[in-house]
Amino acid sequence: MARIDVNVDGVQRSDEVEPRLLLVHWLRDKIGLVGTPMGCDTSNCGACTVLLDGHSVKSCSVLAVQVDGSEITTIQGLANGDWHPVQTAFKECHGLQCGYCTPGMVLAAVDLLSENPDPTDTEIREGLEGNICRCTGYQNIVKSVAHAAGLMKSAQSDQQDSGQKELAK
Amino acid sequence: MTDIADQKADSATTTAIGQSVRRKEDGRLLTGTTNWTDNIQLPGTLHMQIVRSPFAHAKITRIDLAPALAMPGVVAAFSAAELGDDNAKVLCVWPVVDDIVMPEFPSLAVGEVRHVGDCVAVVLATDRYLAADAVEAIEVDYEPLPAVVDMEAALADGADLVHESAGTNHCYTKHYVCGDYEKAVAASDVVVKRRFVNQRLIPSPMETRAVVASPMGTSGELTIWSATQIPHVLRVVMALSTGIPENKLRVIAPDVGGGFGGKLQFYREEILATVIANRLGRPVKWSESRSENMVAMHHGRDQIQFIEMAATREGKILGMKVELLANMGAYLQLLTPGIPVLGQFMFNGIYKMDAYDWKSTGVFTTTTPTDAYRGAGRPEATFAVERMLDELAVELDIEPMELRKRNWIQHEEFPYTTVAGLTYDSGNYEAATARAMELFDYDALRTEQAARRAAGDPVQLGIGISTFTEMCGLAPSRTLSALKYAAGGWEHCTIRILPTGKVELVTGTSPHGQGHATAWSQIASDSLGIPVDDIEVIFGDTRHAPYGMDTYGSRSLAVGGVAILHAAEAAVAKARVIAGHMLEASPDDLEFVDGSFRIKGDPDSAKTIQSVAWEAFTSHDLPDGTDPNLFGSSTVDPGVFSYPHGTHLSAVEVDTETGMPKIRSYVAVDDVGVQINPMIVEGQIHGGITQGIAQALWEGAFYDENGNLITASLADYLLPTAPDVPLYVTDRTVTPSTTHPLGTKGVGEAGAIASTPAVMNGIIDALRHLGVKDVLMPATPQTVWRAIQAASASPAAAASATGGAS
Repeated sequence: MARIDVNVDGVQRSDEVEPRLLLVHWLRDKIGLVGTPMGCDTSNCGACTVLLDGHSVKSCSVLAVQVDGSEITTIQGLANGDWHPVQTAFKECHGLQCGYCTPGMVLAAVDLLSENPDPTDTEIREGLEGNICRCTGYQNIVKSVAHAAGLMKSAQSDQQDSGQKELAK
Repeated sequence: MTDIADQKADSATTTAIGQSVRRKEDGRLLTGTTNWTDNIQLPGTLHMQIVRSPFAHAKITRIDLAPALAMPGVVAAFSAAELGDDNAKVLCVWPVVDDIVMPEFPSLAVGEVRHVGDCVAVVLATDRYLAADAVEAIEVDYEPLPAVVDMEAALADGADLVHESAGTNHCYTKHYVCGDYEKAVAASDVVVKRRFVNQRLIPSPMETRAVVASPMGTSGELTIWSATQIPHVLRVVMALSTGIPENKLRVIAPDVGGGFGGKLQFYREEILATVIANRLGRPVKWSESRSENMVAMHHGRDQIQFIEMAATREGKILGMKVELLANMGAYLQLLTPGIPVLGQFMFNGIYKMDAYDWKSTGVFTTTTPTDAYRGAGRPEATFAVERMLDELAVELDIEPMELRKRNWIQHEEFPYTTVAGLTYDSGNYEAATARAMELFDYDALRTEQAARRAAGDPVQLGIGISTFTEMCGLAPSRTLSALKYAAGGWEHCTIRILPTGKVELVTGTSPHGQGHATAWSQIASDSLGIPVDDIEVIFGDTRHAPYGMDTYGSRSLAVGGVAILHAAEAAVAKARVIAGHMLEASPDDLEFVDGSFRIKGDPDSAKTIQSVAWEAFTSHDLPDGTDPNLFGSSTVDPGVFSYPHGTHLSAVEVDTETGMPKIRSYVAVDDVGVQINPMIVEGQIHGGITQGIAQALWEGAFYDENGNLITASLADYLLPTAPDVPLYVTDRTVTPSTTHPLGTKGVGEAGAIASTPAVMNGIIDALRHLGVKDVLMPATPQTVWRAIQAASASPAAAASATGGAS
């Protein structure tokens, strides 16, 4: 058994884990964060995607021992009081149906937008290539991510505006 | 207290139907507060793992559970011998003909395995990982038997048998004759004959299967959570199969992550978890890995189709003959033999003709059993007829859309009884096609195609057409009876208006991504005059929603939607009597507007339906003969099927040097009648189109000659990702159904039914001038390239290399 100290969704956790334990199973079975689902065993589907130190990873392809000292954000910790703009956009644009791929799709999109805040539709499609959705045919997912980019941009400019107003005072 | 209720009425909207109301479901799904079956962690749970056959066909000569039982955390292990009478059988409820061969299908194999993935033994351990370790320790010796993979070879004399005791691999033949096909041939100028292969697919919902079975101590009650589309059907067949009294079983379908027909099933793993939980008195949980899912969730499609079409030189279709070989796989699952029968009435599509001769033969092979996959029997039919229209067009040298127009049912001819005996209530193929051709810029693309052809461009352009209809809304119970299906096709709804004015809508449908909670609220909202947000939809639990026939076959709105409407009307009718008493007026003198009862001509006199609900609850002063509480319920058995239709067009560029096909544009104009929630309709169509395109271009489950599934992971079985699929240009025409009180039609499967031939016709149209008459699916670059090479080598070779014979 190995000791890990991890911050998950803002909560510091310590645990003793088997070296072979997958991160997704640690999240689901050991600490009860079942919002992160598992969809395959070949790392093709991306349903289990979480943010590891801000970057999307497939939690079925990471061992729990590897995240010692890291910060993890799951779908359950993404909303910080208010929903993340990506969550808002997925609802607004009907970017989900059964919702099983959604946690992974949302977190992959968050990572995509942090690297490319103004992606083209092609860049969105290519950026989400590691995540499979069987329900939507992707069109509304692409629309959701583009909409989220717009929401984040306007939120940022609102912040800048209020910042400038503060300075002006 | 009535004030509370009165306030609520202010925000009521009476036009919820037709609005793209954002989904109620999404809040939970977007924040991870979900309830997938695998999330359920009951104290004392045992994790079940299954030893699966690595052989397609073998005798089991020895099973030794002892090494597993000695391992840490292992509590029990079973093979068929240890399970004994608990080794209950999987049931097939659709014996399509009297002389069908129905082999026994025990949950754990008895002496012989018949497909890779067949269940041999199970182990139960206290932890997911320990169970996975232990399953590897169980020793099984096999004596391989010949695999039976090819359907045509399986029917030959002296073929190796899947079920020795049956003496044949022939499961059934069903023949359906309408009119005189030979007479049609005699009167025709041309008869086009083709052989098509509609390949095997794997449904692949993102959530694999999972089941938790929990016995409730000495009461004998047992709760089963399953990732299923059919909690109600599952309870009935589980009781019939295991002998556990139905009233002791409670089945819950919690959040279910997609199904596409794959979860329209009664699975051996569900039986095993249930009987073992019962025997051990502890909760048993089984969560399927994707690798297991590929070999052990039922597969779909898998037909070889021999199709003939007889026509005049002027392009009038006279008759059609269909002979199918349908792969059953190794055993008959719940509906296996009936899936081709769902296509029995549909190979004629939207076209008029005098004669129709349909025959389906089911064949056993040592492969995973087949059953429903999105469309189930109708995509196979639509593929065949739409491909044939293109083949006939070439034969007659008539533009393919023009040939369709000459033969389809004109909008003024509805209701129209087809050659196959179905009465299509409504449709307007002209309108949908005109809109699709406009969005597609059909004529310009034809011009470009001609130019590329003339220039010898290495990248050729093809235009694919699919003018489709389908039968859905399963189904009239009497029709199902005539087809020898064991159950009915009714649906139920109860609407309870609670004392505080909130509503509980209990439905027998069981959604797994379709957005019923939202759409059903919209339907009820309009009838009740109560806001969408005040309506809670309850489903997927046989204790809370005891009556239902579940969700498949695009039936939920087409059938269940009628029950919602009628239940709401019943509640309003009861409320009207109470309101009349409250207003000291005759119920007949009241009008019901925006959720309030008013005396006609006196708009100031009003009682909201919420205030009536409170009155019905207190029961202080109800009219004589009126029961307390406000509710209404309805069970609806539809009289007819639902017939959505549409026109899908694809422009496909094919690189003739590499064989690479690329969809340049895709237009879908669907007519699903009145739309309850256009946003959800659009989503259903996008998803359906994508699955249909995936059959054309990427997906195919293939076995080697030893019966090994060679596409047994998501690395080998290609589900499309976002960059693979094109942008869809969609629109709807609205021809209300005349048989549904809301004018709606089914939508869940339409896209998947329409799109496969639209793409394949496009690919072949791009290559037709090279002599290509058919391309096998999936049309991978290599498959397309081979078809081109074979055609250029010799026209005769082209036919044999591609599976098509003219």
